[in-house]
Amino acid sequence: MSSRDSILAAVFKNQPPLTALPDISGFKVPEEDVVEKYKNTFSGIGGQVYSAGNIKAIIDHIRANFDTGKRIVSTLPALSEVSEFCSASVEPHSFEDVELAIIEARLAVAENGAVWLTEEVMGHRIIPYISQHLAVVVNESVIVSTMHEAYAKIADEEYGFGGFIGGPSKTADIEQALVLGAHGPLSMTVYLIK
Amino acid sequence: MKSNLDHAALAEQFNKDEDRVDWHDGALWWIRQKRDRSANQTPQWEELREAASAIKSNVISNLHDYLLQFEANLKKNGVKVYWAADAEEHNQIIYNILSDKNINQMVKSKSMLTEECHLNEYLADRGIDVINSDLGEYIQQIDNEPPSHIVLPCIHKKKEEIGELFHEHLGTEKGLSDPTLLTRVARQHLRNVFMTRRAALTGVNFAVAETGEYVVCTNEGNADMGAHLCDVQIASMGLEKIIPERKHLGVFLRLLARSAIGQPITIYSSHFRKPRPGQEMHLILVDKGRSDLLARPDFRESLKCIKCGGCMNTCPVYRKSGGLSYHNTISGPIGAILAPNLDMKKHADLPFASTLCGSCSNVCPVKIPIHDQLYKWRQVIVKEGYSASRKTLSMKAMALTLSSPEIYKTAGKTGRWILNHAPFAINNKFNPWYKQRDMPDSPKQSFSEWYSKNGTKGLSNNDKKHN
Repeated sequence: MSSRDSILAAVFKNQPPLTALPDISGFKVPEEDVVEKYKNTFSGIGGQVYSAGNIKAIIDHIRANFDTGKRIVSTLPALSEVSEFCSASVEPHSFEDVELAIIEARLAVAENGAVWLTEEVMGHRIIPYISQHLAVVVNESVIVSTMHEAYAKIADEEYGFGGFIGGPSKTADIEQALVLGAHGPLSMTVYLIK
Repeated sequence: MKSNLDHAALAEQFNKDEDRVDWHDGALWWIRQKRDRSANQTPQWEELREAASAIKSNVISNLHDYLLQFEANLKKNGVKVYWAADAEEHNQIIYNILSDKNINQMVKSKSMLTEECHLNEYLADRGIDVINSDLGEYIQQIDNEPPSHIVLPCIHKKKEEIGELFHEHLGTEKGLSDPTLLTRVARQHLRNVFMTRRAALTGVNFAVAETGEYVVCTNEGNADMGAHLCDVQIASMGLEKIIPERKHLGVFLRLLARSAIGQPITIYSSHFRKPRPGQEMHLILVDKGRSDLLARPDFRESLKCIKCGGCMNTCPVYRKSGGLSYHNTISGPIGAILAPNLDMKKHADLPFASTLCGSCSNVCPVKIPIHDQLYKWRQVIVKEGYSASRKTLSMKAMALTLSSPEIYKTAGKTGRWILNHAPFAINNKFNPWYKQRDMPDSPKQSFSEWYSKNGTKGLSNNDKKHN
């Protein structure tokens, strides 16, 4: 018998009688201003959030705060004057020198500050992880309160790869001292637009 | 770090440096407090724990079908699936995948399962070099030590010791111990590793039967750096990582990081479903004792564990004895209930490394009755004849004393007399109870002696009212 078959047979024999799945629809949506909550949570975990309002303000902010002499990539056509368009069809290693990547989030979660990105909006899977700095454009209308609502929205979504990203990469492995910028981006900026 | 010493002996070594014990204790308690703050700020926290526990109960009771469903969906998504009964088979599968492609270097993100399987050593013996990319695990690897904590692998190390390791292995300046600077050096070094490895292995936090995707959670971004840059992506997971539907991730991702370190969510929660064009994805489902554990009604709930490490941070024994004293990849209370299932003889000491205070069960996000299982393992271990002989003898003496009122009275009297007149007979190096403990003053008489002399006259008016 193959390991597969013997493992499955043992599991079948040893598993206890079936118990029902709980109903998880009862988790309440807190009555709150999700935009305010999102801002507070995200800055609390080491992210930076700007109520940009529109694309023009984002471009100005990028010019003022990032080194535009270095490589900046984006999948947002509206940002083409400050960035190059990144495509999925190139070698992932070619993005090693990206200073800043700007991506638009599918949704954002107020309770933990995380944004949901799929590979379509990333341009390439590696982009939000390999760039030195990450900026994410969040339309205030896509902010939800909790993870339950987030999954209700993406329950049937088709993707090859998707991820929640909730701030700049971090570690506290050396004596519990918080260091931003472990292997992923050193900073994460969220631009809120309406 | 292989020794035959038991938890008590290893803890004794750890306890020699009292300042370090206090520091370690404080560091972990601080994380426990962060967990509390985070849990208290989350509405319906207890309902979330209930829901997570009930979902995992359902998984355990329907694991066979979920595994089949998960396997079918993985295949549909273009992922190659393997099944491994034990560590040897798991390691061999990975070796075959790599050697087929002539790959002799791999980068790995955190995976307790591969630590348990001693994958790195297995591959090293066959000419394949593995680098652990989680910073804490990397530090442990260059120091040739296993992780001492499943979430905080080098929590027992001081920054000066880490600085010394970096000086030796990465050529940093001697005496450099600033955490930010050390992290920057590791970031640069490991970037070069990520850029040059054709194969990357990750663990799995949650595997969704409904969709065939698996979720990997990190704060550092190392799993993603490895996975998205490599040609051959491998994931190893224990059978119990299955959850039924994608929406259940909402429950678990709300609980995991809050329980682990008091953070609202891990920075990265990556959902891997299909390989990117030109990439291969392999997933290995590992039994390694899990199907046996399913057959133990008293202990099967330990399969619910989501590896948050919360039970370690709160455990008074863990905090004061250090993770390495558990001589097992997974240390602390959860390690002490998982390990005996794999090798009862080797891990017979671990369920005794607890005060049974119950704090572990109170913080567990999936409500595993950990302290209850520790107590039950003790009974199984004694019954099977694996307990330490000294413990068995003293338990027998205690059973005899407690079964006879006469012997009990005499023993009490003798004990009090010795404590008052000849304390050195008890407080000496042959009695382990007195290690790191001070002597209490012994009462002059027993409660029954006092009661027969004083009756109710010693009670205050208030006490009498209640009588």
